[in-house]
Amino acid sequence: MHALKQHQGLVAPLDRANVDTDLIIPKQFLKSIKRTGFGPNLFDELRYLDEGYPGQDASQRPLNPDFVLNQPRYQGASVLLARRNFGCGSSREHAPWALEDFGFRVVIAPSFADIFYNNAFKNGILLITLDEATVERLFQEVEASEGYRLDVDLETQTVTTPSGEVLTFEIDAFRKHCLLNGLDDIGLTLQHEDAIREFEQAHRQKRPWLFRQAG
Amino acid sequence: MAGQTLYDKLWSQHLVKQRDDGSALIYIDRHLLHEVTSPQAFEGLRLAGRTPWRLDANLATPDHNVPTTVLERAEGNAGIKDPVSLIQVQTLDDNCESFGIEEFRINDARQGIVHVVGPEQGATLPGMTVVCGDSHTATHGAFAALAHGIGTSEVEHVLATQCLIAQKMKNLRVRVEGELGDGVTAKDIVLAVIGRIGTAGGTGYAIEFAGSAIRELSMEGRMTICNMAIEAGARVGLVGVDDTTIEYLRERPYAPGADLWDAAVADWRELVSDTDAVFDKEVVLDAAEIAPQVTWGTSPEMVAPVTGEVPDPAAQDDETVRGGITRALEYMGLAPCQKITDIRLDKVFIGSCTNSRIEDLREAARVARGGRVADSVKLAMVVPGSGLVKRQAEAEGLDKVFIEAGFEWREPGCSMCLAMNADKLEPGEHCASTSNRNFEGRQGYGGRTHLVSPAMAAAAALAGHFVDVREFNRQPEEA
Repeated sequence: MHALKQHQGLVAPLDRANVDTDLIIPKQFLKSIKRTGFGPNLFDELRYLDEGYPGQDASQRPLNPDFVLNQPRYQGASVLLARRNFGCGSSREHAPWALEDFGFRVVIAPSFADIFYNNAFKNGILLITLDEATVERLFQEVEASEGYRLDVDLETQTVTTPSGEVLTFEIDAFRKHCLLNGLDDIGLTLQHEDAIREFEQAHRQKRPWLFRQAG
Repeated sequence: MAGQTLYDKLWSQHLVKQRDDGSALIYIDRHLLHEVTSPQAFEGLRLAGRTPWRLDANLATPDHNVPTTVLERAEGNAGIKDPVSLIQVQTLDDNCESFGIEEFRINDARQGIVHVVGPEQGATLPGMTVVCGDSHTATHGAFAALAHGIGTSEVEHVLATQCLIAQKMKNLRVRVEGELGDGVTAKDIVLAVIGRIGTAGGTGYAIEFAGSAIRELSMEGRMTICNMAIEAGARVGLVGVDDTTIEYLRERPYAPGADLWDAAVADWRELVSDTDAVFDKEVVLDAAEIAPQVTWGTSPEMVAPVTGEVPDPAAQDDETVRGGITRALEYMGLAPCQKITDIRLDKVFIGSCTNSRIEDLREAARVARGGRVADSVKLAMVVPGSGLVKRQAEAEGLDKVFIEAGFEWREPGCSMCLAMNADKLEPGEHCASTSNRNFEGRQGYGGRTHLVSPAMAAAAALAGHFVDVREFNRQPEEA
């Protein structure tokens, strides 16, 4: 996983609550056995006017001109501004893979669904939760001013707007540490290998039926 | 000190290490795998030169991509016509083979939807932690197992370490008290709960479903309810252990045998919330007030009783909510204030990890018996949740009931719940579906999903539009 300490980027607003992971990346693209290449199909049903399927040449597909990410002013956006309960539904990690592959490094919303929240951080995407009123205000500012960029600093847990306003956000210490340092979870957990073995042995002794094979 | 909730007990029984930063390592007893969310995890293991920590904790089966027609299935993997789907299923087979993980392959009688297979095999037991790269893993909480969906990075993490990095959730109790009306089922309860608390109402919580109406449910009904906890935003749904739980598990292949049975049962009896346990939040529903439910929109919270109507966005104060309803009605091709019973159906799907177990099929067959699928319905299909469910249904003659009524009787898999195989909706088609998500495009590009119970789906198939199954049941042999 790559590290993220600071990020400055163009903001794209996705004005819609309860964006589910089916919408972020439709199921037909889940057939891939790779982790990469999902970017062209991010928000596929919103982005294109035709039906998408794996293996298409995305550059030949008709774009939906009304969709925010297709508008010229948001090209190159790397910060997504979203509404509440972003990422609800399926556990597919293809959703953060698609966001990351497209170029998003930060998503800001009033709330995120639990599984998506986990998955995003494991792929180096910073999710920032700000209260509903602040997010609403950011939506207004983004729409009012072309080229609107935000400055995100994970170390200080702040977002700075173009006018210099500094917003702070909460994040748990473990996720922050991993993202700042680009740490591999598995490696970290295996540092506790002895503790896991010890637990496992006691657990097996106490509840042997949990370890039983089909008879 | 206040007592513990069921969730608190399960958490502390699996806590390997609590870290200062608030995160914890919890031990995973059972890891279920399917073909869609595992290939990248196995690849990650390989690249890092790691091997699975404990092979016998894992159980795999292909479900999302498998075709469901008898002809295709007769060919095994070769019957998967979509080459990309085929690669994914073959990759699961190859990975299980090379790492030594037990797999029920495509035409094994035990194959099926992973959330039907686990409990059916007794591979899901009370007191376990159960994870799977699938959000509907909440299903297994019906057995008082701490079960939830994980992403692919976590699948790799569990394979490699037998642990998960987790943070403790809050406790929410949903009590459903009183008696359900005739024709009202577990599916209607959970849709009503989601309608009440919303699709993010359970975010950050483990939901325990309790109350007399839950106690009265079979394990199949409880699984239906826990399955959709995620549709209320909660990764975990739970029901405490009682006699129903224990009787269901007796003599299942992976359940404890005679040597360990009594000790296991004694341990399982403790898996209920203490009477003085404190929940962070509680919601109470009166079972008698729940009518059969139908979703009209593109989120499971967009639900109404069958006796009701589609809402009018103009009546909403919140701008985001109003925009959501307007967009949903446009997508669904419905008008404000339209009666639910006026919604006409093109297709009917009875299946999915929510409603494809034997009791679901019995409920649907009870309604379908002697009837005939309406001419206007292009396809009505029944997809059993596993090979063993299919076998049981056939032994009871349910297949004949469905076939005689004009339903297609299929082979087990996820099928049209998410349309990763060939079973899908065409743009604009309305489907009465016993699945769990009515998101845009979920059942096929441009498809319009209405979530209902198996009985409601069967009644809608015969009528060609939604009907109140409570009325429908009373009409003798509607021709």
